[in-house]
Amino acid sequence: MNNRRPPSTGTRSSRKAIDIVNAGLARRYRAEKRFRFYGMAAIAASLVFLSILFISIFGKGYPAFQQTYIQLDIFFDPDILARDALTTADYPGLVKQSLRRMFPDVEGRRDKRMLYKIASTGAAYQIRNLVLDDPDVIGKTIGIWVPADDDIDMFFKGHIPRDVPESERRIKDRQIAWIDHLIKEQRIEKHFNRILLTAGDSREPELAGIWGAVMGSFYTLLVTLLLSFPIGIAAAVYLEEFAPKNKWTDLIEVNINNLAAVPSIVFGLLGLAVFLNFFGLPRSAPLVGGLVLTLMTLPTIIIASRASLQSVPPSIREAALGIGASQMQMVAHHVLPLAMPGILTGTIIGMARALGESAPLLMIGMVAFIVDIPGGFTDPSTVLPVQIFLWADSPERAFVERTSAATMVLLAFLIVMNAAAVYLRKRFERRW
Amino acid sequence: MLSKTIITLTVIAFLATAGVAMAGSARDYISIVGSSTVYPFATVVAEQFGKTTSFKTPKIESTGSGGGLKLFCAGVGVEHPDITNASRRIKKSEYDKCMANGVDGVIEVKIGYDGIVMANAKKTAPMKLTRKDIFLALAKDVPDPNGGEKLIPNPYKTWKDVNPALPANKIEVLGPPPTSGTRDAFVELAMEAGAKKFSWIKAMKKKDKKMYKAICHTVREDGAYVEAGENDNLIVQKLNANPKALGIFGFSFLDQNSDTIQGSLVDGVPPTFDAIADGSYPVSRPLFFYVKKAHVDVIPGMKAYLAEFTAEKAWGPDGYLADKGMIPMPDAERRKFATDVKGMQSLMLK
Repeated sequence: MNNRRPPSTGTRSSRKAIDIVNAGLARRYRAEKRFRFYGMAAIAASLVFLSILFISIFGKGYPAFQQTYIQLDIFFDPDILARDALTTADYPGLVKQSLRRMFPDVEGRRDKRMLYKIASTGAAYQIRNLVLDDPDVIGKTIGIWVPADDDIDMFFKGHIPRDVPESERRIKDRQIAWIDHLIKEQRIEKHFNRILLTAGDSREPELAGIWGAVMGSFYTLLVTLLLSFPIGIAAAVYLEEFAPKNKWTDLIEVNINNLAAVPSIVFGLLGLAVFLNFFGLPRSAPLVGGLVLTLMTLPTIIIASRASLQSVPPSIREAALGIGASQMQMVAHHVLPLAMPGILTGTIIGMARALGESAPLLMIGMVAFIVDIPGGFTDPSTVLPVQIFLWADSPERAFVERTSAATMVLLAFLIVMNAAAVYLRKRFERRW
Repeated sequence: MLSKTIITLTVIAFLATAGVAMAGSARDYISIVGSSTVYPFATVVAEQFGKTTSFKTPKIESTGSGGGLKLFCAGVGVEHPDITNASRRIKKSEYDKCMANGVDGVIEVKIGYDGIVMANAKKTAPMKLTRKDIFLALAKDVPDPNGGEKLIPNPYKTWKDVNPALPANKIEVLGPPPTSGTRDAFVELAMEAGAKKFSWIKAMKKKDKKMYKAICHTVREDGAYVEAGENDNLIVQKLNANPKALGIFGFSFLDQNSDTIQGSLVDGVPPTFDAIADGSYPVSRPLFFYVKKAHVDVIPGMKAYLAEFTAEKAWGPDGYLADKGMIPMPDAERRKFATDVKGMQSLMLK
């Protein structure tokens, strides 16, 4: 306590309190303005970075939703298709035949090989499926749109310039002449890229899709949700409502908070040691991925659930107990339903984090090339972020735009999940 | 009420998945691990194999050569991989580990070559380097330019300092980090070979092998060599943004981006498909895969996969692997490995 007072009162009238306030006023206003400006600048900076990220991803990624297709007149030659069983017939031969008929003046082995490369190798499989679905087409000639090779696709979309010397581009002058011919005949067009959304992975960019990774992510997250949601709630309810307050529960609480900050790769190492090496579960399986991600999301869910349980006012609990409810009835009938919106929000955010995670899955073999679409919890599979990583590392140029397109799909899932969390909070949350 | 049903459902779901896990222990697909350099080639073969046969498509993990061999040599049984890819030959220590863990029949298959290129953007002139230039530009310690058998910390700032015939551009090389197989091969094939041009360093190999390795294999850390991560596409993009920089990556990336970047000549030889195939381009390495013999008759489709990989339409000069940027072996070598595979010839390392 300081007893000295400012000399403003009494003796000299030169400096009154209001003068001191006035003298400092301009400076305080300036400080206030600066402070607001800093805040705005911080928001503006983060918006700029966010929009740079979005613009670069969308700018690169949106062309991938279209794919160049070529119309081929396929003659379903009965000689070729009857000779063998239909499943193993020479379908690539049919594609080659129709290309040869379209450009009859192409001769020499080298030129022919170049010509055959215009159409994707997937064309043969497409025709095979067509014949297997409907054997009546044999003997007819049908115009079929087949995907173009990735180099042709890149050229048609303008990613390969015409004006560089021939030796330096992957499309040769002859191929450009063929494409120009196809353009004139309106046999080359960009269609919506259904393959990207429905196929599994492939090393041919024009045949590569994200559906396999989406299904892998789905199975992985299902395991994560089924395990982490009930375990997380049970742990939070016990710690919050039943556990005695002593140094053991304090220790557990500190540990849970610490686990939430552990780098995710550590959970991958744990998964490798426990689930694969000790329990002998299969590598690359969504089951193991889900178990690892459960470990990772549990702390998040427990912390969010506890915060949400804490925000339910004690009067609710006391009222329930007062009219004769047991502890368990009080929790199950009153506290938990009221805390549920917050718990669900925490769970969805935890799930969204698990969806975007790739590092822990590296250790348990989910960073892999998988063509077949997984159909269960133990089929080998990969997940969306890993698919993005694998495509980003592929040399073919057409994978650049597909990498961004897959990122857009992942972002869309994340936005939907976060929007659901916001909606739940706004719709059901009660303020006291 | 609500939580009770949730808990029951969870228990049921977990038991069901666990049951599936036990039933699924007999594996019906081939499991492949290993090098990220071989990954783009092995995946193409696997995809072809999956689409043209009745077998399931093999699963291929990109774990790196060392990581792959570690998993491969861990033992025999369905939980261990059947094949591992490698961008270098198996080491004696790894082979011994295989033997110790009961993996005694290992078939070695060499599949082709990969060139490592130093490339820059098309906007500038191509560099004409020698391996000695590369060593002097990138090693941490280099022989004193004033003569004598003495090492000094690398003093060179520009390429002109290294070799007066080169342009006066700052030395800036984007390359892979030490965990990468590409880096191992580059250090060995380019830098070590360059260091050997100094006779006293070469003589050191016999006298003090550790010191010799340290001189040849240590890359400078003063900012001239930038570790750009394992993603080669990123390096290609950075080269276009910075035309004075050089990048180090596998030939397939140069092949796919030949309209914007160009490979530097090494010892007067440009990194072209033909120059790597005939061995005149010096910085190239063989690619392998190793097969566990004990699994060949257990896992369905193993023989068919080996046949697919060693068919001319895959690894031949006109095969689809060549289209993806792999450099095929000469005819005689291909024939030798194809017959080795057919005869299931086990590898013997002494």
